[in-house]
Amino acid sequence: MPVVFPSSLAEAVAAAGERPDAMVLAGGTDLMVEINERRRSVPWDDGAVIAVGQVPELTSWTLDPSAATLTIGAAVRWADIEREPLCSTVPALAQAARTVGSPQIRDAGTVGGNLATCSPAGDGLPVLAAYDAIVHLVSANGRRSLPVHDFMVGVKQTALAPGELIESVSIPLLDGWQGYSKVGVRNAMVIATASACIATDLPSGSIRIALGSVGPTVIRCADAEALASSGVDWSGRSIDADVADRAGALAASASRPITDHRSTADYRRHAVSVMVRRLLIRAFPGAAS
Amino acid sequence: MSEIYTLHVNGEDHEVRDSWIGENLLYVLRERLGLKAAKGACEQGECGSCSVQLGGRLVCSCLVMAAAAVDEPIVTVEGLAGDDVPTDVQTAFVETGAVQCGFCTPGLILAAHHLLDDTPEPSESEIREALSGNVCRCTGYGRIIEAVQRVSVARSDRSSNGGDA
Repeated sequence: MPVVFPSSLAEAVAAAGERPDAMVLAGGTDLMVEINERRRSVPWDDGAVIAVGQVPELTSWTLDPSAATLTIGAAVRWADIEREPLCSTVPALAQAARTVGSPQIRDAGTVGGNLATCSPAGDGLPVLAAYDAIVHLVSANGRRSLPVHDFMVGVKQTALAPGELIESVSIPLLDGWQGYSKVGVRNAMVIATASACIATDLPSGSIRIALGSVGPTVIRCADAEALASSGVDWSGRSIDADVADRAGALAASASRPITDHRSTADYRRHAVSVMVRRLLIRAFPGAAS
Repeated sequence: MSEIYTLHVNGEDHEVRDSWIGENLLYVLRERLGLKAAKGACEQGECGSCSVQLGGRLVCSCLVMAAAAVDEPIVTVEGLAGDDVPTDVQTAFVETGAVQCGFCTPGLILAAHHLLDDTPEPSESEIREALSGNVCRCTGYGRIIEAVQRVSVARSDRSSNGGDA
């Protein structure tokens, strides 16, 4: 049979080792579009497709309270991330999950698929970047782990080697407000024109700002992060409107958007400044909350 | 090209022969198994016309590789009702006029069942979100939402009457 159904991670790794050129099929929401549109051919021979969607190690997640780390298997679906208990464990990722496609897409699409496709508009990616998530890869040669920022190499290009699978992504849990914002032409079933994630951590006094759809891969905004984290009132949890404005402007200047069929570079830059300003004010509402 | 695989559709096993491995589940259901309820429009997961249940999940069958769907039960609209008696959702769609051209209807019926099984008393915004992956170009959605609300009320009346209404 051309499709292999590994029943464990070890079997999946062995199958990928035997056929480094095999297609890895998880939710199918990206891969099948390419096949339907004949942009990708499928060889008809044994082991050409490795279906990882039911591999138990990949479809589960684990929470390690002592390390304050959540590890999500690569084949965990968006529908699971948008619901409890993950929803309150990683709220910004759950918000992003809820904007992925439609309920039908979220019932199929996986977090590992989002990483492997590495679209500039992948909804989960800005959030994982803001979290400083670590991507865990596995192959017949062993395991390696990469910061998500190093995993994303370019437009639909990743650090995955032939025969290598994404095992999981681990997220250091933060203590502070976090949120995701996305601009598109409608609420549902939309590919982001621009997106942004802000994640704050009160104990370390850090603010992370990550942007999607405005560059080849996710952009972290070091200047805006530095300005915001030194400019907010951490004890009162408030931010001056002027600081929020300037952080938004810095984020916009860090973005590298293009003009394409979805929007213009100018509009995307503007959207970034607005989203970052609004997210900062939501994160630090001060007396208003 | 002699690979044979078996799909479990609406409680029955169906052998699929002589297919190409890249065939999506929508194509196999319609063209190889003769189950024409699921409709094909966009073939990229945008329109929801091809929605089916796969292992209890609501998915776009155009984005499912049929040869990889062998392990899980598949339900199409043909498998919802028994003995030609429509389901309560189907009846409500007819009664409220939620059907015009009918092309999107099978997907919407499945999405509505999926929502009401999970959330028996959905708010209007929950209904809108649950149906957001099913595009209808005729009705403007008002009567579709009304149909779902009608089923929700009828089911809750029935359960509060001891189930014999």
